[in-house]
Amino acid sequence: MARLIRTEKEVEGNFEEVWLVVEEDPLQQWPAGPLDAVGRPAVRKDARERVRGEARYTADIRLPGMLHAAVLRSPYAHARVTSIDLAPALALPGVHGAVGPGEAPGLEQEAGYAGAPVAAVAAETFGQARAALDAIAIEWEQLEAVLDPEEAVERGAVHGEPERYERGDFKRAVAEADVVVQGTYRTQVVLHNSMETHQSVCEWVGDRLDVYTSTQYVWGVRNEVARELGLAPDRVRVVCEYMGGGFGSKNSAGEYTFAAAVLARKTGRPVRCALTRREENTAAGNRNATIQRLTAAARSDGTIVALGGDYVNALGWGGWSASTEGPLKMLYACDNVRTVRHTAKINTPPMKAFRAPGFVEGTFGLECLIDRLAAALDVDPLELRRRNYASSNDGTPFSSKNLQQCYERAEKHWERRHDVRARSDARWKRGVGMASQIWYGGGGPPSYAWARVGSDGRLAVVTAMQDIGTGTRTAMAQIAAEEFGVPLDRVEVMLGDTSRGPFATLSAGSSTTPSMGPAVRAAAADAKRQVIEIAAQRYDLEERVLDIRDGRIVSADGNLSVAVEEFLDLLGNVQILGKGARGPNPAGMSVLTFGVHVVEAAVDVETGEVRVERVAAIHDVGRIINPLGAESQVEGGVIQGIGHTLSEARLMDPETGRILTTTLDAYRMPTIADVPEIMCEFIDEPDPHLTSLGSKGLGEPPIVPIAAAIANAIRDATGADVYELPISREEMLRALREAKERERRGAPAAV
Amino acid sequence: MPELRLTVNGDEHRLDAPIGASLAEVLRERLGLTGTKIACNEGHCGACTVQVGGVPVLSCITLAHAVDGDVTTIEGLRDHPLVEAFVRADAVQCGFCTPGQIVSAAALVAAMPEPSAEEIRHAMAGNICRCGTYPKIEEAILHWRD
Repeated sequence: MARLIRTEKEVEGNFEEVWLVVEEDPLQQWPAGPLDAVGRPAVRKDARERVRGEARYTADIRLPGMLHAAVLRSPYAHARVTSIDLAPALALPGVHGAVGPGEAPGLEQEAGYAGAPVAAVAAETFGQARAALDAIAIEWEQLEAVLDPEEAVERGAVHGEPERYERGDFKRAVAEADVVVQGTYRTQVVLHNSMETHQSVCEWVGDRLDVYTSTQYVWGVRNEVARELGLAPDRVRVVCEYMGGGFGSKNSAGEYTFAAAVLARKTGRPVRCALTRREENTAAGNRNATIQRLTAAARSDGTIVALGGDYVNALGWGGWSASTEGPLKMLYACDNVRTVRHTAKINTPPMKAFRAPGFVEGTFGLECLIDRLAAALDVDPLELRRRNYASSNDGTPFSSKNLQQCYERAEKHWERRHDVRARSDARWKRGVGMASQIWYGGGGPPSYAWARVGSDGRLAVVTAMQDIGTGTRTAMAQIAAEEFGVPLDRVEVMLGDTSRGPFATLSAGSSTTPSMGPAVRAAAADAKRQVIEIAAQRYDLEERVLDIRDGRIVSADGNLSVAVEEFLDLLGNVQILGKGARGPNPAGMSVLTFGVHVVEAAVDVETGEVRVERVAAIHDVGRIINPLGAESQVEGGVIQGIGHTLSEARLMDPETGRILTTTLDAYRMPTIADVPEIMCEFIDEPDPHLTSLGSKGLGEPPIVPIAAAIANAIRDATGADVYELPISREEMLRALREAKERERRGAPAAV
Repeated sequence: MPELRLTVNGDEHRLDAPIGASLAEVLRERLGLTGTKIACNEGHCGACTVQVGGVPVLSCITLAHAVDGDVTTIEGLRDHPLVEAFVRADAVQCGFCTPGQIVSAAALVAAMPEPSAEEIRHAMAGNICRCGTYPKIEEAILHWRD
């Protein structure tokens, strides 16, 4: 039965109070461990077409008569368009349409950063459209630009009021503590750089708009486009069946979608608007830089008594301020916590969510500081973490938490540190470091799925979710196969099209599996119930004695065993239609994911080169649906995190605000040659309070602890403390010099 | 526009193409072979890799008119055992770089049927995968004939 509730909804660590209609999910959780389909390694349903180059991405959509659009962007970090004349561009060969500031959502007169979109042109070829941009007669009034985040905070150039939090009495706890450590940590701007750039193809069919777009949220783009263009939502169809990566940067429509839609309406032709790689690195979003001034205080017995953080999120012109202080508030049991987060509004490209926004940055600072605290206390870092284990989220119970088990499993990796250190020589110093992980990933309602069974006995799951490359299509098929009782190869999942299925949530915040999985299971259960209802009548048996197992309808006494397709074949074109909805999250509980990484690293003390040699990643995310796909998620997160830690940095000219790293040789992402040995383990314990599935999300957790674990391995190897990401050779050599200086002075590590 | 003669996956093509057209552009826009992806369009990422005369080249920075040799794209390698090896090993996430990975790997195993992990890492370092499927790619190539 549908029930109206008032509840807290979480996306990417952002909470809001909403009214929700939820349907109760009457299904009992499956027993823990591998089942028939769920919990067993499954090859991706869509692997073959992706590998063979048959999958059609937005980048491959070619519609008859399609035009190509190019976008004019501000060369200045802060400026206003004082006059613009599109006519010279429109006069050029091949050009069919142009739009200026105010003519399409996202194209604005005031440019808040270098790269801000102001106009767009559609032409027969992309080359013609690019050339036409130069012909646009435009005049700018340059405005004052603020590029330094601390200066921005001082001058009040901020997004909203500072976010303050306090529990206990931080100041007093610090004053009474035996040991206090402090540090200022800085994290850099990093770029998503999905292989498929942000892009859309728009086509009007009468007063209906078809949007093919590379997105993490087909339903969200549908609503956003409908709202901005004043259309009824069902007049907008959004399609994204295959998607070339997003990592958080493709949760909304973007100026490229609106420019394509408006130009398509103007020209009467389909229009494609695709960002170039250089635009992608300039204006498609980023993980914002942070500055973190942190304090940790403890009693000499190793009890953490106070944690404090003064944070600046250097947000850029737009985006939202993620909870950089989240890990510091939640990871450890600590009575006295005080945080303040300022959000600087500077004239740089807007922030967009990037794989665990806030927590990646905040965990770097916090977990480095905890290791320094351990050193100051002369306590083993793993022991210190265990001693300050949080058994509740500031009084709110966890729906499940198996971090202690993660620590247990980490021991065998942690114990290697003596051998690893012993492999050091005069030049290469080796060490082992660890860091813990906390993040959301519980998903939530609403989300819906349909399950359709035809006379061929196959099951089609239909829902307007998307698989952005994480393998959710396969996980949903496994869940449906398990519940309905057929082998995995008898299930199709149809997704990525708002006209095809019911509302499904966005693929962000590690939410797809925990949000969609229970809805898919419920839909398959509904279809199964109906098949059994009909079979009971056909065979004159009670429903309760019937079941579907391995594709056969069977009775408890074993007398009936008939293939589902054989039975349903009798019914011709009859279809069994099951529907399912995601039930509510457990009331009064914190749903979080946990984990720990143990990293072995080597530092060349002469050049400052850092190499990661081995990573053990242990995660607690509830029930694992597909162990093979889950392992891939962890490896991918670890590798992306190594890039964030060692080589990736978006550089900007501090005078003009122009982005300098716009190409993939300047912005250095990991290659196969940079990958260490990665060991991956899961606790694989269903969360007993979370839905009929007990699964949490896994997209983000593996990137959260990697930077701090690397930094702590560096500390273990060399005694040097790094404070900045990326850990460039400069930063590494600075830290080594500082460590040497400290040793020379014989100064204690702690204040 | 000058005439362009191109042999792609065994098929001969004659078409008119501007002097500046890249091989990637001709394959995708003129011949409809969209398995070859363009991700950076300036020779930095490897997504557009095709073989010319069996040698991996970056088709986005190769002028179509300058191609000297038979071109093999992912469409010509769809039945290569590497495809199943990638599928089995889960060496694909979003998949946008994967056709290029297969083309590079096919050239590697043609020249060196049993590459070591080190040789794989050397030969495949020009193919960027932002999802980080690298460990699975290495595994797939190590076991490509299984």
